[in-house]
Amino acid sequence: MSELSILGRRLPKVNAWAHLTGSARYADDIRLPRMLYGRLLRSTRPHALIKRIDISRALAYPGVVAVVTGADMPEKMGIMPSTQDETALAVDKVRYVGEPVAGVAALDEDAAYEALSLIDVEYEDLEPIFTIEEALDRDDVKIHDTSKRANVFKEVHLSFGDVEGGFAKADHVREDWFFFEGNTHAPIESHSAVASYDADGKLTLWTSTQVPHYLHREMEKVLGLPRTRIRVIATPNGGAFGGKSDPFGHEFAAALLSMRTKRPVKITLDREEVFYAHRGRHPVKMRIKTGVKKDGEITAVEFQSYLDGGAYASYGIATTYYTGALLTVTYRVPAYKFDGVRVYTNKPPCGPKRGHGTTQPRYAFECQLDKIAMDLGLDPIEYRLRILQPANSRTVNELRVTSMGLGECLRALRDRTSWERKRSERTKGKGIGVAGSAYISGAGLPIYWNDMPHSGAEIRIDRGGGVTVMCGTSEIGQGSDNLLAAIAAEALGVYPEDVHVVSGDTSLTPVDLGSYSSRVTMMAGNATKNAGLKLREQLVTVAAEKLGIPADRVNLAYRKVYDLKDPERSMSFVEAANLAEAKYGTLVGAGSYRPPAGIGGNYKGAGVGPTPAYSYQAAVAEVTVDLETGQLTVDKITTAHDCGRALNPVNVEGQVEGSAYMGYGEIVVEEQIFRGGLHKKPSLLDYKLPTSLDTPKLETILIESVDSEGPYGAKEAGEGPLNPVIPAIANAVYDAIGVRFDETPITAEKILDALGKRDNRGITKDRIGPTGLGDGKADPKRAMRRLEASTEARERKKTQV
Amino acid sequence: MTDTKTMLTLRVNGDPHTFAAEPHHTLLEVLREELDLTGTKHGCELGECGACTVLADGVPILSCLTLPQQVAHADITTVEGLAKGPQLHPLQTAFAEEGAAQCGYCTPGILLSAKALLDANPRPTRDEIAQAISGNLCRCTGYTAIYEAIEKAAEMSAKAAQRV
Repeated sequence: MSELSILGRRLPKVNAWAHLTGSARYADDIRLPRMLYGRLLRSTRPHALIKRIDISRALAYPGVVAVVTGADMPEKMGIMPSTQDETALAVDKVRYVGEPVAGVAALDEDAAYEALSLIDVEYEDLEPIFTIEEALDRDDVKIHDTSKRANVFKEVHLSFGDVEGGFAKADHVREDWFFFEGNTHAPIESHSAVASYDADGKLTLWTSTQVPHYLHREMEKVLGLPRTRIRVIATPNGGAFGGKSDPFGHEFAAALLSMRTKRPVKITLDREEVFYAHRGRHPVKMRIKTGVKKDGEITAVEFQSYLDGGAYASYGIATTYYTGALLTVTYRVPAYKFDGVRVYTNKPPCGPKRGHGTTQPRYAFECQLDKIAMDLGLDPIEYRLRILQPANSRTVNELRVTSMGLGECLRALRDRTSWERKRSERTKGKGIGVAGSAYISGAGLPIYWNDMPHSGAEIRIDRGGGVTVMCGTSEIGQGSDNLLAAIAAEALGVYPEDVHVVSGDTSLTPVDLGSYSSRVTMMAGNATKNAGLKLREQLVTVAAEKLGIPADRVNLAYRKVYDLKDPERSMSFVEAANLAEAKYGTLVGAGSYRPPAGIGGNYKGAGVGPTPAYSYQAAVAEVTVDLETGQLTVDKITTAHDCGRALNPVNVEGQVEGSAYMGYGEIVVEEQIFRGGLHKKPSLLDYKLPTSLDTPKLETILIESVDSEGPYGAKEAGEGPLNPVIPAIANAVYDAIGVRFDETPITAEKILDALGKRDNRGITKDRIGPTGLGDGKADPKRAMRRLEASTEARERKKTQV
Repeated sequence: MTDTKTMLTLRVNGDPHTFAAEPHHTLLEVLREELDLTGTKHGCELGECGACTVLADGVPILSCLTLPQQVAHADITTVEGLAKGPQLHPLQTAFAEEGAAQCGYCTPGILLSAKALLDANPRPTRDEIAQAISGNLCRCTGYTAIYEAIEKAAEMSAKAAQRV
C-alpha cells in the first residue's frame, strides 16, 4: 500500500462547521407544520399497582389533542430480544419513580404540561426494593414475576482453567471487596423525538438515538406497523455516552400520538426526566480474590459481581457478562472463575455507560493489583509490565488478542510523568498512581442473533467527482460522520470535503448496528473501506487503460489518478470517474463487515467479550489531598492509549481527554443515588458535572500498534480510556495518604473519616469500603416506612396550601 | 391553553424582529420558537448548564433565565451572528481545527462566552479562559481542546490586527 494521504492528519471534522455556526439540526430543533407538543406523565411511586387511569379531564383541557396510556401499547419491548420486560408506557404496574405512565399531545407545550396534572392515576403501593441485598433475599416481594429466585434478573457462572490448583500454587493470596457507585451519562442534549405519521400511512421518526436500526425493529413490534412503513432517522446526538442506546417510552409515545392525531408530534425530555431515563452505570459490589507467586505472576483469579440493575433489563444480560469477561485480556491469568448476578430494584434502569460493565471490575482489579505490588514490594508500573498478556494470544476464557500495546503505554507514561522521581518523593498529601485497562473495538456479536453483516456502507460517485457515503451509524459527537468521510476519501484519493455523508437513516443507509460498544471505527470503518476499494478498483482499471500503464502502478490521491513511477502521467479524479461510469454504469460500491469467526469460545456466555481487536490504555494520576479539609484535587491525568492507528489524531485525543474527564467525574463527585426511591440529585445543580475549574490538567499519549484487523490498523478510542483513570486516582490517593478507597466516589467526607477528622474521636482508618454483602433482611419495612412518611408529609403540605 | 400573546421587538444579530409571544416565555424559547434561531441550545432550562448562553450588549447571559422584555433595548448576539457573512469568526475556525466541538451541543454557548472574554481581554491566560467558560458545562471534551482553541483564536486575532 502506498502511504496514506488523508488518514493520520490533523484535519477538522467534516461536520464541524454545522456545529460551529448553529446550523446542525438536533431533534429538538426540528419543527414541522401543524406539529403538536407532547409530554409524559411519570410515576410518583417506586413500586405500585396502577388501579385506574382517568384521562378524561386531561382530554377536555383546551389545546389537548390526544392522550395515550400504557394500555394503548401493551407489547413488551427492550433492547435485548431475550429479556424484554418493558412496555413503552407502564401497564398495570410501575417500578420506579419517573417511569412514564401516559403521554399527552397538545397545541403547545404549556397546554401539554398543564394537562399532565389532570390525568388521574390511582396507585396501590407495593413494598419497594432498593438495595442489592434486599433484592437477593426478599422472595416475598417480586418486582418482576419472571424472577425465579427473589429479584434476580440474571445469574452467570463461568470457570476456566484449574482455579483451585492455581490458588494452591500461590505464595500470596489477596481477597478484597469493592463497591462502585452508580452514575449517569448526563449528555447536555436531553432526549428528543419527532414523529410524523403521514397521509400515505408511513411513519418517520427523527430521534436522538445511538441505535436507529434496533429502534426500527422495536417500533415495528410495539406499534404493529410493518417496518416497511417506518423510517427512523438518527439526528446528531448532543452527547450520548451509552444513554441513548435503548428504545425509550417517549419515542413510542410520540409515534403513537402522531398516528392518532395524523399530525407531527415532538417530545423532548426535560433535564429531570433525563435522570429517570438513565440506563447509566450500574452500582456494583465486587469480591475479588487473586493468587500470585513471589514474583507477582498471577496463578488464579476469582471474581464475583453483584449488579444493581434498577427496574428493567436494558442491556443487563450483556452488562453482567461484561463485568467478568475482560479481566483476562490485560495480564496473564491462567485460571479464572467468575460469578455474576444482576438484580432488579425499584430505581431507574441501569444500562450501558462508556466502558459498559468493564469500568467497575477494572477499578477493583487495578486497585487490588496495586495492593499486591505493595505487598510484594514491587513498583506498580514495573509489576504490570512483568505480567502482560502477550500480543497475538488467547486468554484463559478463549478471547483472541491481536495487537497489544499496554506495555508501550506503561513505558511511555513512566517516561512522560517522571514516575520514578515522583514516586520516590514522599510528601504526605501528594500522590501518584497508575492503572491499566483494555476495551473492545465493537462487540463480537449483534444484539439479535443473525448471520448478516454488522455494518454496511454504500458509496456513490457523481459526475462532478462528488462522493456520497451512506452508512447506518449514528453521529453522537464521537466523530463517526467524519470517520466515514475520511476513510472514503482515503480509499478513493479525494479530500474529506469532497464527501457527503448520509448516516443513521433506516430508509437511505445500509444497516449498521449503531454507535455503541466502540464499534464504529472497526466495523463501519472496515465496511466503508471495503466499499471504497471496490470503486477504486474500477477507477484504477480505466485509468490504467487510458494512461497505458499496468494497474499496479496506478495510485489515487489528492483528486488525482496517476502513475506511481511518473506522477506527471495523470488524470483528474473526475475524468477517471467519468471514464469508469462510461465503462461500468452508475458508480456504486457497497461494502460490509462482520467480525471474523473464532475470536471467542463456544461456551454459554462466550458471546460477550470477543471483539475483532482490543484497545489498550493506561493512566497516571497525580493528586493532592488537603489533610485539613479532606479536599481531593486531581492535579493531572496522563493517559496513554493504544488506538492501533490514529486515523485523525485530533479526534482520538479528544476521545481520550473526554474519557479522562468523565472518569475523573465518576470517582470524585458523580453519583446517582436515591432516598426512599426518590432520586436525590435530579438536576445539574445537585448532580455535579466537573466544570472547567474542576477538571484536572489532561495529557494524552497515542500509541500506534497498527492492528491487523482494524481499518488501516485502527482500533477504538471512545470508551477504554475512561477505565484506567478511576483506579489510577484511587491508587494515587493511597500514595498520598495511605488510605485505600475501595468504594467510589472518593468524597471529602470519606477522606476526613479515614483521617479521623470527621468527628472528634480521631479514629483513623486505612481503608474505606465494603467488607461483604450487607444484610438483606435487617429491617425489611424500613424503606416502606420512609416512603409512607414522605408521602404523608407531601399530602400534609398539599392540604395546607 | 393560554392565549395572552403580546407584541415584542428584539434586535438579534443586527436584525430587528417584531413578533408575538407569550409574556412568560423566556428569551431562549422566543429565539428558538418565534425567530427559528435554533443554534441556541437548552440543556436544563434552569440556569445550570450554560448551553443557552447568548450575548446582550456583549455580555454573556443565560437566555433560559431571561425574559425578552429584560433585553428589549439590547443588542443580542447568538451563534448565528458570530460569522460576519461568509467570514467565520476566528473562534469558529480555531474550534474546528482543535477539535473543540465534539457533539457540538454546548458549543454555541461556549463560543459566545469565549467571544465575550476575547473582546474584553484579547490575550487571556489559561486560568482566565477556564474562569470565563466555567458556567458552560461540556460533557465531551474535558475542556482541554476548548482552551487550546480559544488561545489559538486569540493568536489569530492578534496576527490579523498586526497586518491591518
